[in-house]
Amino acid sequence: MSEGGVTAVPVVSEFTASSQKIELISATPVRHPGRWVGVAVIVLACILLIQSLATNPNYHWDTVATYILDVHVVQAVGWTLLLTVASMILATALAVALALMRVSENPVFQWTSWAWVWFFRGTPVYTQLVFWGLVAVLYPKITLGVPFGPELLQFDTQDLITAGVAALLGLGLNESAYLAEIFRAGLKSVGAGQMEAAEALGLRKSKIMWRIVLPQAMRVIIPPTGNEAIGMLKTTSLVLAIPFTMDLTFVTNSAANRLYLPIPLLIVAASWYLLITSILMVGQHFIERHYGKGFDGRILAPTDSALEGRR
Amino acid sequence: MTGSQPDASALVRIENVHKFFGSAHVLRGIDLTVRLGEVAVVIGPSGSGKSTLLRCVNHLETISAGRIHVGDDLIGYREIDGKLHDLPHGSIALQRRKIGMVFQQFNLFPHKTALDNIAEAPVHAKGIAKKDARRRALELLDRVGLASHATHYPAQLSGGQQQRVAIARALAMDPALMLFDEPTSALDPELVGDVLDVMKDLARSGMTMIVVTHEIGFAREVGDSLVFMDEGVVVERGAPRDVLGNPQHARTREFLSKVL
Repeated sequence: MSEGGVTAVPVVSEFTASSQKIELISATPVRHPGRWVGVAVIVLACILLIQSLATNPNYHWDTVATYILDVHVVQAVGWTLLLTVASMILATALAVALALMRVSENPVFQWTSWAWVWFFRGTPVYTQLVFWGLVAVLYPKITLGVPFGPELLQFDTQDLITAGVAALLGLGLNESAYLAEIFRAGLKSVGAGQMEAAEALGLRKSKIMWRIVLPQAMRVIIPPTGNEAIGMLKTTSLVLAIPFTMDLTFVTNSAANRLYLPIPLLIVAASWYLLITSILMVGQHFIERHYGKGFDGRILAPTDSALEGRR
Repeated sequence: MTGSQPDASALVRIENVHKFFGSAHVLRGIDLTVRLGEVAVVIGPSGSGKSTLLRCVNHLETISAGRIHVGDDLIGYREIDGKLHDLPHGSIALQRRKIGMVFQQFNLFPHKTALDNIAEAPVHAKGIAKKDARRRALELLDRVGLASHATHYPAQLSGGQQQRVAIARALAMDPALMLFDEPTSALDPELVGDVLDVMKDLARSGMTMIVVTHEIGFAREVGDSLVFMDEGVVVERGAPRDVLGNPQHARTREFLSKVL
């Protein structure tokens, strides 16, 4: 069939369509000598870089090799990953609530959400981490009870908020402010017509949010959230402010101080951060593809009938 | 208090409805009754309030004064001792399930296939089993001539096809009333016919319909009554043949001279 337009460029320089000969254009492309100069510069720079990596003894590649799979380093990678994932989960849960509060009709919710974002985005994460490390000084005991009334339960803050919990709270609460803004933008990106169509069908509010609005908002939410997750991975290097001493940066730093060899240990840390970032990027790619359904023009489940309709 | 006993066959009773957007008075005392099985076509210049009126019927817009009844439901409110109380959203959702609506911009859910668009509300509003809802959705797709497009996403459908899916989606809730808000205005001219055919078919099957449209031909062919609105009031109402052939008001004549 000739309907549906030309979908593939024929390789032959001419072909006959309904007994008429068509000569296809084969024009000489414009030359770009500047690009070749640029490519040459880049190739040269790469060669120099590789050469120096291979020959400069100050890299101490033997030390890198010794420490890259060192048990303490691998454990530290585990702690860093755990901290990243747990903080992002906490931040996501808070941010969903904050974003919904922000778009709520209730002004108290709106302002609470606004104030939260204002505070946690407006102070450095390092300051917040130091603060969480000192919270036991501020509140030595945490008591559950009725205000001005009887006390029900009491904890020592130091038992409850350990360095790990402080790191989780510090990172998660800070991140929630950024994620809340991302989620809010995502919710706003879904057209009002979607809400109206769902309401007109008689769907309840919670169903409209979870089944119609959020899945579409995810398309806008995922890319910057992936960015934030990668940022979080690296922000975990600040938890020595608490001090939390089991993350990748702290462990490799201590090893470096012990050996007086900072550079190979920095390479060890950087390699691990890069590896985890790469894995996170792969994950993001698949999540993006899932929520791109119906938007990015791909036929996800091509069936005979689906193809038929394209004709 | 309602003055006279309402007509027993009336499905929709719009009584003295006013609507303000800020200081703009867009509906100025609308009275309109639509009988069971009636196809009421609403025409009028843009800004006349016809779409707003339609959106008030399923409470997408709140009314500022008056009452709207659909069947036994007082739309959007509960009346206790002459005082109105807002209905909670869940109760409004229950009322809306009996009223289908078709939008000018289709508003299909872009992340769901045609089939899932149609099955969404029966499953997640009515609690119908997924299998049954999908079977019914396929029947409805067949009815609007798109059975072979069940697995298509809206972006893969033409405007006319999307609007037919949207009609099927509304029908899947078995509504007693269908509202059409300029359903063909966003379509390329050659796609309008397919959508109108589906609507004509629906009208012949006895569905009660309120149709806001610029398609005068549709009004003449399948409309039981024609309502001409201008500046927030119903200027004229009657059988389409009479209103179109022999308009009683100067404003109706002026409008018709521009669109016919």
